Amino acid sequence: MATFTFDGRTIPFRPGQSVGAALIAAGIYSWRVTRVGARPRGLFCGIGVCFDCLVTIDGAPNQRACRAPAADGISVTTQRGTGHDDLAV
Amino acid sequence: MARVLVVGAGVVGAACAYFLARDGHEVTVVDRGPVGAGTTSRGEGNILVSDKSAGPELALALRSAELWRRIAERLGADALEWESKGGLVVAATDETLGALREFATLQAAAGVWCEPVEPGNLSGYEPNLAPGLPGGVFYPGDQQVQPVRAAAALLYAARVDGATVRHGVEVLGVRRRSDGPVRSVECRVDGAVVEIDADAVVNATGTWGGDVSARIGAPVPVLPRRGFILVTEPLPHVVRHKVYTADYVSNVASGAAGLETSVVVEGTRGGTVLIGASRERVGFDTAISYPVLRTMAAQAVRIFPFLDRVSLLRVYTGFRPYCPDHLPVIGADPRIAGIYHACGHEGAGIGLAPATGEMIADLLSDRSTFVPAEPFSPARFVSEAA
Ligand SMILES: Cc1cc2nc3c(=O)[nH]c(=O)nc-3n(C[C@H](O)[C@H](O)[C@H](O)COP(=O)(O)OP(=O)(O)OC[C@H]3O[C@@H](n4cnc5c(N)ncnc54)[C@H](O)[C@@H]3O)c2cc1C
Ligand code: FES
Repeated sequence: MATFTFDGRTIPFRPGQSVGAALIAAGIYSWRVTRVGARPRGLFCGIGVCFDCLVTIDGAPNQRACRAPAADGISVTTQRGTGHDDLAV
Repeated sequence: MARVLVVGAGVVGAACAYFLARDGHEVTVVDRGPVGAGTTSRGEGNILVSDKSAGPELALALRSAELWRRIAERLGADALEWESKGGLVVAATDETLGALREFATLQAAAGVWCEPVEPGNLSGYEPNLAPGLPGGVFYPGDQQVQPVRAAAALLYAARVDGATVRHGVEVLGVRRRSDGPVRSVECRVDGAVVEIDADAVVNATGTWGGDVSARIGAPVPVLPRRGFILVTEPLPHVVRHKVYTADYVSNVASGAAGLETSVVVEGTRGGTVLIGASRERVGFDTAISYPVLRTMAAQAVRIFPFLDRVSLLRVYTGFRPYCPDHLPVIGADPRIAGIYHACGHEGAGIGLAPATGEMIADLLSDRSTFVPAEPFSPARFVSEAA
């Protein structure tokens, strides 16, 4: 079965599944920490509208987990805040 | 005290109401839409002295910058999202730097606080700036507000001083006394035509100032100049000041629509970074122009390379109200007693709003104005023959 990693952990997925669906199937419900108040977030609308499910994929932040297709070997990581902390001055 | 009807609940109408109500006039503000329905919600909130060359507009801008500070102190900086962050103007080439330094020297002589920045010090101001830029000028007096919040705060303060604010009221015309002056204003409210008694009318309808001035029988020319703003995804604190390129010192218009693009980059409290702005004369056409957006994005990335890695969330557009001679029209109409104009502020209406409101209040009360009002007078558009 094809897999990707989430914060180092191996996540299996079926062809056609989104990153978000595969994470839920693996029992993971939150993969983002909000900018304000550091609250946990995961799927909300599930259809690409609310942008609550943002996650970092292969280093690129702010990808919608419910829309991003799962792909073999990608590295998905928890997103903290804007995902762009490296740019702060 | 006069019964004054201010038409337009944009930042300029709000500032007029603020100063008129403080003078004790019986003020009513009407707008066909909500607060900031017009251009006030379609731009950025830069309060700049840096981009103006010595002359009447700079004098008005310097006064206005001082008034914004006082307003922020009185109403609370948070209510306006007011920040006194200063503006950094950077030159992309040695040639532009020369022109910028010359421009700044003349401004300094006119009372603008500015400091040259050597290339080695640019990153001290803005660590994310592209390396290798030849230098710039820093303007500590440049400020920023959130325009709609600022307009709402000014209107709120005016209401505390007794003003009334009415939405969904479209001005159709004025009725005059037999001896000439304004008696009442004809408006459409909920489909019905109603009359509101007034001794004075202030036309603060921005880009629609030409249309409204014609409706009330005292036409002044105000035209739309389109601008786009790009909005990034929320970011941490990435830009400290307002940062812009010095292209406006030497901006050469190209083509019939006179497209000009000059980068302005600023962070907001919400975390998004705003990238402006273009200038085009294309009437009230709201269609998105991708070539223009591409040019703006490319120019912004040239001064802030990190923007290359950042996504844009959206783009919006607005129409700056401009008069043919690029000065706002502020003052009493020479044709109909009781009509005042306060519109045509082009790309500086947020910055110039308080000084405009103060000037209108001074003129209505027959006081001398802080800044000479003559260059802004509507009389310049009224020919002798008319
Ligand atoms: C892209 C862009 C960027 C900008 N950036 C800046 C900036 O950084 N700094 C700055 O100082 N300025 C900036 N500006 C310019 C600034 O936004 C305008 O100069 C300013 O908002 C004009 O305000 P106003 O109150 O005169 O007009 P508006 O805000 O347009 O208000 C006019 C009001 O009149 C109402 N109205 C019209 N007709 C009628 C009628 N018949 N009856 C009743 N009501 C009517 C409208 O509903 C509207 O609410 C920018 C503009 C654009 C487009
Ligand atoms: S869950 Fe709403 S956009 Fe993904």
